[in-house]
Formats: sequence, structure tokens, C-alpha cells
Amino acid sequence: MGHTISEKILAKAAGKKEVFPGELIIAKIDMALGNDITSPVAINEFRKTGVENVFDKERIALIPDHFTPNKDMQSAEQVRIMRDFAHEQGIVHYYEIGRMGVEHALLPELGLVLPGDVVIGADSHTCTYGALGAFGTGVGSTDLAAVMATGELWFKVPPTIRLIFHGNLPPWVGGKDLILFAIGQLGVDGARYAALEFAGPVISKLNMDARFTISNMAIEAGAKAGLISPDNITLDYVKGRAKRNFTPITGDEDAYVFQEYNWDVENLEPQVALPFSPANAQPVSSAAGTPVDQVVIGSCTNGRIEDLRQAAALLKGRKVHPRVRLIVIPATQAIYLQALREGLLEIFTEAEAAVSTPTCGPCLGGHMGILAEGEVAVATTNRNFVGRMGHPKSRVYLAGPAVAAASAVVGAIAHPEELGEVK
Amino acid sequence: MRVLKGRVWSFGDDIDTDAIIPARYLNTSDPKELAAHCMEDADCTFVEKAAPGDIIVAGKNFGCGSSREHAPIAIKEAGISCVIAESFARIFYRNAINIGLPILESPEAAAFLKEGQQVEVDLEKGEIHEIISGRRFTAVAFPPFMREIMSKGGLINYVKEKVANQKSGVRSQESEVRSQESE
Repeated sequence: MGHTISEKILAKAAGKKEVFPGELIIAKIDMALGNDITSPVAINEFRKTGVENVFDKERIALIPDHFTPNKDMQSAEQVRIMRDFAHEQGIVHYYEIGRMGVEHALLPELGLVLPGDVVIGADSHTCTYGALGAFGTGVGSTDLAAVMATGELWFKVPPTIRLIFHGNLPPWVGGKDLILFAIGQLGVDGARYAALEFAGPVISKLNMDARFTISNMAIEAGAKAGLISPDNITLDYVKGRAKRNFTPITGDEDAYVFQEYNWDVENLEPQVALPFSPANAQPVSSAAGTPVDQVVIGSCTNGRIEDLRQAAALLKGRKVHPRVRLIVIPATQAIYLQALREGLLEIFTEAEAAVSTPTCGPCLGGHMGILAEGEVAVATTNRNFVGRMGHPKSRVYLAGPAVAAASAVVGAIAHPEELGEVK
Repeated sequence: MRVLKGRVWSFGDDIDTDAIIPARYLNTSDPKELAAHCMEDADCTFVEKAAPGDIIVAGKNFGCGSSREHAPIAIKEAGISCVIAESFARIFYRNAINIGLPILESPEAAAFLKEGQQVEVDLEKGEIHEIISGRRFTAVAFPPFMREIMSKGGLINYVKEKVANQKSGVRSQESEVRSQESE
């Protein structure tokens, strides 16, 4: 019997011929990531190992993105710890304000994570790299410290759950809608400890930005990773970006798959996840008309150029509803520049949206758009837990960029079709 | 290993790490500051009520969401002696083992235990004992490799020892895993 992509990547990284679900292995890590929240804890733990130098200064990325540009003195201290460590250790991939981006948009863009890699990040959305056919998984700070010291980490090989999407995508339905729908079907722990594999004719037609959105939210179903088999679209994306050699790995035809789901998306409506769980996915019509105070378009989930293009197509020649604050956050400097050159930032500004420098900011209730008690937001981010974007009595509805932009104009949760013809 | 004893504080399913330690407090990594806000968005009076040694009991998928290690750090620093749950989210499970916060997976105990009960936990045996009713539950056993990490007091001590051993040419981590898995 053959093996899934996850099993084959992990076997290679463990130096084994094959591995099986449930097996405990030690794998070599191709790239390790930390941010301004998780790195200071990891650096402190790294010091305790007695190891003087990190295992490889080119295979560690430290990205200050959560509370940056620093919102207060305490968060500035956290970044200083990171910056000093990066300097001391000669870490190549530390990116300062003005060059940085939201980590999971930045690393693929720079070609630092590649098909066939094992990537760990002290951030739960490290599963984003599954879109490249990499085994990316979130860990804690102590795990990151162990990897910085040794270049390897223990894993339990996960079983694979395959999600196959059939049919043709209706207008205004994209990657975010597919993943919200899938999480709604699986539940927040439906894929606990498992690797998700997204497949089928719908996935193979999606561009990389939509694929990143899908893999990004695998964790919201409890999954360890969320992979898409690398194909020509993947290789085209990686071409010219890759900073080192890589070997794309695909699954075997006869691989054992623990569970398989088949979904026809021909009649899928754009989705929204109601408070307070990403698994509360519903068709947008079920929440339509809910008044909105703030709309956020950005994050490691939906802050890429295709997301901004979609939002701009709806906002062009229109104004954000007078009662609504629309905050648009391009996820990286390169995306910001691209959006500038394409005239998207002008469209947002004329629509009376605020455009921010790259930051995770409001997604985790950090800064740049915190909600007051009782306020309601529509966000293209990934979590809508209690207190996620601010006050514990605020409410977040998760959606894709099209629903978010339409809702900002209408002043209430809306299907993009409500705006009529796209100008 | 020691026997823990404490009062039960009950929580439901899918308690996420934003509820355990909201991100608005993550501009520091000082354990004491984090502990002051432990469980705040699940129960804002928890820190005032809980006493050292007390035990958190929860439903399925405890610690889901963000990978922040600040969550188990806050729980440990708040004096909570262990967490018993029907199941744990994967990253929280790793983090708890890595930093030496005792966790026990027992669907039976999680379903039986009620807020305010007094519980004794024998970590060595994985045994949970509710004192008034006398009911005993056995938690899901940890694989030998994870017990090894826990017995050394966490992953960093494990790595420290491994690195020291490698320097002196002793067996590698991989052969340790293999030998333990065949135990």
C-alpha cells in the first residue's frame, strides 16, 4: 500500500523508507518560524539548552508582525528581544518594518518555504504552507527553541483526511467560502491530529492565493496540516522565488486515507462563520442584514493581492457605509506595492476605507481596529472566538473578501450580488 | 511522582487559547502577568477564585486555536496543578508536555467530575480519584517517549541532555525513540 503526501514528506525528513500514521518520528526541519509573540519565549528557552549557536542561520525566520509597528512599550520590548537575538545569531531571515509582512504571506512570497519541506512555526497558522505541498505545522515556543538548537523535532505521523471538491464555483464563491464550509462540516475538532488533504477539480483550478487561504484555516478544524498536492500552478508560483533546491512530493494512488469527504460546490453560497466559532459556517443569506460596525480585509488568511482585487472590484466607485469603519491591510510590502501600482489603494481610499501597513493587528485583537463592547465586525481573518478582536462582548463574523467588501458598503452583512453590477 | 490534590473548576468543550489567555495581554511573556489573566475570557473571576493546587476539568478539544505557549504557562503559573479533559487540541498537548504542565486525557473523568469536587491525581499511575464518591478513573497512557520528556521536566532538559550526550558520542535521540517505542 502506498502513502499520502504527508507520510512521504515526513518519511523523507526522518530518513526512513516509509512511515505510518501513529508512528513517532524525529524529523529534520527545513524552515522554523517565530513571531514577536512567540519568539521571546523561544529565545529564553533556547538559552537554557546550553547550545550557543542556532543550527542553521538560514533556516530560521523571525518575523515581527503581530503587534507591529509596535503599539506600546511592552510590545516594543518583545521585538527588541527578537531583533537582538537575530543580530547576535546572524539570522538571515529577520525582516524589519518596511520589509516585513504577515508571516504566512511573507515566507511563501520570498520562496523560503517550498514543496516537500517540513516547516514548523510557533504560530498555529503555519499550516498555510500546505498549499505549496509542504508539511507545515504549528507548534509552541519550546518546540521552536528545540529546533533552533538541534534542527529537528519529534512528530506523531498523522492520519490523512481527504476533502474532495467537485463542480464549478459559483460567482463570488472562493477559497474562503470552501474552507469555511469544510470546517462547518468537520467541526472545530473534526480533524484533530489529522492531516487534511484538499483535492478535486475545484482545487486544481484555484490560484495560489485561494489555496493559501484554504490551507491556512486547516487548524480551525483541529488539523495538524492542510496539504494540496503540488502541480503546475504550485511550480509556477515557486519558480523564481525558491532560494534553495527542493523536491515536490505527491501522494501515491493507493495511499491509505483515514476518511474521505466528497462535496459538490455547484450551488454553494458565499459563507459566513457566525460568532463564536469558525465552525459556525452558514450561507451568507442566513446572516444577511445583520448591522456591522467594522469590516477588516487582511490577515494571513485573506490579505493577498487576489483578495484585494476582489474587494476593490466591489468598492470601485462606491463608498463605505457612513456607520462602518473599513480597514484594509495588505499582508506584505510587496502586496502593498502591487496594490498601489494597480490602483487598488486609490479605490479603497476613495471609498473611504483606511489602508494600513502590513500587520496581524486586529485579527487577534492586538491593535489597529479593536472592537468596543457590543460591536459587530465582518472580518476576512481566521478566528471569531470570544474576545478575539477586542471586547469579550463584541462579535466577529468571518467571511471572504467579497462578502466583507459588500457588507462594508451596505452597512450590514450582505451578498456581493446585493450591490448590483460590478463597476 | 507526586500525588496532586485540589478542587475542580469545570469548563466546557472547545476552550480556546484566546479564552485561556487573551491576545491583548500577549505584549509580555512574563509568567506572573500572564497568570493574572488566566481563563479571563471563559470566566473573568477565575483567578480570584482558584487556589494553588486546584484542577481544571474540561470537555473536548481543550486549548484549541492559537499556538501560544503563554496559555499553559498562564495555567501553570496560576498554580493550577493539572488539567483533565475529554481531549486536548494538538498544539496545547505538545506545549503542556514540553513545559511540564501535567495533563490527563480521560473522557470518563471529564464527564463525571463536577465543579467544587475534590480530586486526587496520581500522575505516575495516571489515576484520577474523586474523594467523596470514591470513583476512580484511569487516564489515557502517554507513549514512553513523551513520558521520558515529562520525567526530565520538559523538552528543554531533554534537548540539553541529548546535546550533551551527542557531544560525548552517546546514542542519538532517534535511537532513543526507537528503543522506547519497542518497550
